[in-house]
Amino acid sequence: MKPSHSGTLAETALLIAAVALPLLLQAFGEDYYIGFATRLLIFALAATGLNFIVGYGGMVAFGHAAFFGIGAYAVALLMNAGIFSAWITWPVAVAAAALAALLIGAASLRTRGVYFIMITLAFAQMIYYSVVSLEFAGGDDGLPLEQRSTLVPLDLADDATLYWVTLGLLAASLMALKRLAASRYGRALTGLRQNETRMEALGYPVQQIKLVCFVVGSAVAGLAGALLANQNGMASPSQLYWTQSGMLLVMVILGGVGQRFGGMLGAIALLGLEEVLGRITEHSHFYVGLALLAVVLYAPRGLAGLWGRQK
Amino acid sequence: MTALLEISGLKRHFGGLWATNGVDLDVVTGEVHALIGPNGAGKTTLIHLISGELLPDAGTLQFAGSDISQCTTHDRVARGITRSYQITQIFPRLSLLENVRLAVQSRQRDWGSSLRFWRPASADFRMIEEAEDWLSRVGLAAEVSQLACDVSHGERRALELAMALATRPRLLLLDEPMAGMGPEESEHMARLIASLKGEQTVLLVEHDMDIVFRLADRVSVLVSGRIIVSGTPDFVREHPAVRSAYLGDAL
Repeated sequence: MKPSHSGTLAETALLIAAVALPLLLQAFGEDYYIGFATRLLIFALAATGLNFIVGYGGMVAFGHAAFFGIGAYAVALLMNAGIFSAWITWPVAVAAAALAALLIGAASLRTRGVYFIMITLAFAQMIYYSVVSLEFAGGDDGLPLEQRSTLVPLDLADDATLYWVTLGLLAASLMALKRLAASRYGRALTGLRQNETRMEALGYPVQQIKLVCFVVGSAVAGLAGALLANQNGMASPSQLYWTQSGMLLVMVILGGVGQRFGGMLGAIALLGLEEVLGRITEHSHFYVGLALLAVVLYAPRGLAGLWGRQK
Repeated sequence: MTALLEISGLKRHFGGLWATNGVDLDVVTGEVHALIGPNGAGKTTLIHLISGELLPDAGTLQFAGSDISQCTTHDRVARGITRSYQITQIFPRLSLLENVRLAVQSRQRDWGSSLRFWRPASADFRMIEEAEDWLSRVGLAAEVSQLACDVSHGERRALELAMALATRPRLLLLDEPMAGMGPEESEHMARLIASLKGEQTVLLVEHDMDIVFRLADRVSVLVSGRIIVSGTPDFVREHPAVRSAYLGDAL
């Protein structure tokens, strides 16, 4: 299987355009949109993590907000304790999300289908209610950040720098996803999606393989959460709420389940649509719903499936 | 002649039904051992108990000298027991080659291999060559790049056999490998199994008596969850209890 050169070329062009975007926006005096673009990329990262669990691992998880939120709260809590360096707090955010996923996954992965959806939702809501009732976590109001994390030698207080850092992390995770899908582990996941009984009978440790997938996808959400706390200037309970999990799932479905760029395209399409429609009409959710229906009915492989089969 | 698998006093019930009701059975290294019995005798339950998909309520399973009664399926595969299914279990949307390659990959049991994240699996030529060898062994050399869902039923059964063999089992459990096959395909499968004789220990569940008596070194007869007779094909064929319980007047 040769890598398609046109695909790589398109990816490179896209990346160059994405890198140049803040400079263009600054040139046209539209600095507000740098923050908006950063938000898109952060959600693209979170949705990519979820797509790994749903599309590659075949596990429909409905609690992704928990790991997204844990990442944000980890950064905020550590900052309250006087630790500002992203070199420390972001890895801690990732580790905290991974640890939570390890515990929740170990308890949930014996179930499947609709039971797995419900149990992951239940765990995520437990975390939401716990955080809301904790005074030191800010309760209903959330936890404001004194400032952005410091990432020596970069200056994250600059919007464009935060954008580029986010872009770099998203690009790295998409590249890692490509390698992962073609690796032995990725092939084992494919087998698992197609016939779990056979994988078990071949002697694969099915539960461990699924758990690793769940933890990796959730850890990516933790990183995205750390970034969102920086972008929003706070860790908010709404980030943990089940509607957030639902929105991330919608992004994955919209963009293409199991398509490498599915999470990214879905996040950009959904948030972009909301932003544009929000300016013209009060009923933007209605039209977003219509768009989702159209994709499910006419492009079951999502937006990413519309142009060629990329994995 | 040492027993590779020793089953004693094995029991398993579903509600009030003892599907396995005190089974004693030895499978000796190198033999093709056939398990026959009327419908509902508990053959598939016994296979499930050996493969680990069911755990027994009582009794023990000794494999190569150690007790495996409570081991998980993948642990038993690691120890050398692999099964095929009555209803074909393959990866329908993957090529035949990738189906068997995944079976070869499963043998690399250290975590570094089953959880190897970075290196492309397609760069591992030895694994691919071995998968191709197994496919030629079962007569599918020409179909390696076809999707498993696109080949005939008989070819899928042969594919499943190749996958089972690729795990290099010490004991191969074949659950009705000829199920749903026409006479020609059955004959092909019978010849494949015959070609394993001497190098592969096989426990074979099969309905077709001609094939059983042709292939097996020993035959055990399971009736109502118990082995009633065990012995050479000729001994079993002539045994009065077998004739009345199972074979009826057919022979």
